[in-house]
Amino acid sequence: MIEISNICKKFGKVQVLDQLDLTINTQGIFAILGPNGSGKTTLIKSILGMVLLDKGDIKIKGKSVLQQFEYKKEISYLPQIANFPNNNTVSELIKLIKNLRPKPTNEQELIERFGLAPFLDKKLGNLSGGTKQKVNIVLTFMFDNDLIILDEPTTGLDPISLITLKKLIEEEKQRGKTILITSHIMSFVEEVADEIVFLLDGEIYFKGTKEQLYSKTNKQDLEQAIANLLLINHD
Amino acid sequence: MIKIITYCFFDLVRSRWSYVYFSFYLLLSFALLFLNNDTSKAVISLMNIITVLTPLIGTIFGVMYYYNSREFIELLLSQPIKRSHIFIGQYLGVAISLSLSLILGLGIPFLLYGVLQGSTSNFLILLTVGSFLTFIFVALAYNIALTHENKIKGFGYAILVWLLMAVIYDGVFLISLVMFQEYPLDNASLIATAFNPIDLSRILILLKLDISALLGYTGAVFKSFFGTSLGLITSLFVLVLWVVIPIFFIYRKAQRKDF
Repeated sequence: MIEISNICKKFGKVQVLDQLDLTINTQGIFAILGPNGSGKTTLIKSILGMVLLDKGDIKIKGKSVLQQFEYKKEISYLPQIANFPNNNTVSELIKLIKNLRPKPTNEQELIERFGLAPFLDKKLGNLSGGTKQKVNIVLTFMFDNDLIILDEPTTGLDPISLITLKKLIEEEKQRGKTILITSHIMSFVEEVADEIVFLLDGEIYFKGTKEQLYSKTNKQDLEQAIANLLLINHD
Repeated sequence: MIKIITYCFFDLVRSRWSYVYFSFYLLLSFALLFLNNDTSKAVISLMNIITVLTPLIGTIFGVMYYYNSREFIELLLSQPIKRSHIFIGQYLGVAISLSLSLILGLGIPFLLYGVLQGSTSNFLILLTVGSFLTFIFVALAYNIALTHENKIKGFGYAILVWLLMAVIYDGVFLISLVMFQEYPLDNASLIATAFNPIDLSRILILLKLDISALLGYTGAVFKSFFGTSLGLITSLFVLVLWVVIPIFFIYRKAQRKDF
């Protein structure tokens, strides 16, 4: 589904992605982990064409996506920070995004699940951070796409919404989707992820299932295992 | 692109600042028109305010809107639309909504006063120039904001550009005219005027009003060089270039920028 080959990206003097290769062909939930500044967001953004690569190629469903934009209608993306123009209402924003990709949507169901109905006619500028994130989630999940990319999906969510979100992700997985997630919340990743992709200094340091990671590091939980990976690397 | 333009337009039109800007022009032109019996005097006073204020407001709104919508731009970038449509669309949304505040704010009092008393074209030229200045300075501000990630720097440079065009340029221009007065300066001053849209707009209005006393040196040169109507057309053409070139740069920057 996604084939990333030999991609490089430099910001100024910092080599953020360094000859990175990654192929994801199966369905399921892939967590992209790594310390701050390891290139997680840059990797995701280059899949979406927001970051322009210095070298390398990215193919989705066999077709190169560099300098293209139409392929994006097949991808659902949740940006890291939810911030929208302040004076328009929630329903106007949903309408805009629906207009930009004419496809069937199920936003009504999501609005109900996240309890957003009372906010539909409120201005986006008057919403709290958590509510904005819920709107963000609705915008992402209302389309039926095979590839879903979530950048820090848990930011600002209260426990109830977090449970709803986890359920939603699980359902999408059951429907045979490929889901990429970055997160710093290890317990969340441990709960939802099938496979772990561990990035360090712009390269892939580990890719495999949770169990493979545990046996490699001799640890029993994800937080410890990741810390262990980092320690091994620093020695 | 139309979708992006309308979305940004409605966002801005509903903002409190648009109302403030609109009411300011409304009050100003009411006061100037009804407390002043001479329409062309009122037009000149309005001109002096418009040529300084519209660029300033355009600059501030342009920079602020870009920085405020950083995250929204990321959301739009993940949608299946062309990059250039996002940025040009946002730019047009900002510029159109500001121009609308100006046109309505000036237009309503003029209509009530009865523009048809003979000064319709003077009034139209004022609106045209004001809208041009808005489009030009929003585009310049957008360029600056696109180049600088740092908000404070971007804001600083944008204000500096405004200050340069609205205040400093004239001063330097005048001093250099005095210093080099032994030389023939006609062509040099013509070219120098073309590089400042604010000066250019001022001359355009004065040429239209045909008030030679207020034209100043460059205005006089402009008039003798081009004649009134050719001068009008030339200065309008240069103003169009002032809009098109920065838009082209927005387009180019947008294609190459990482988000």
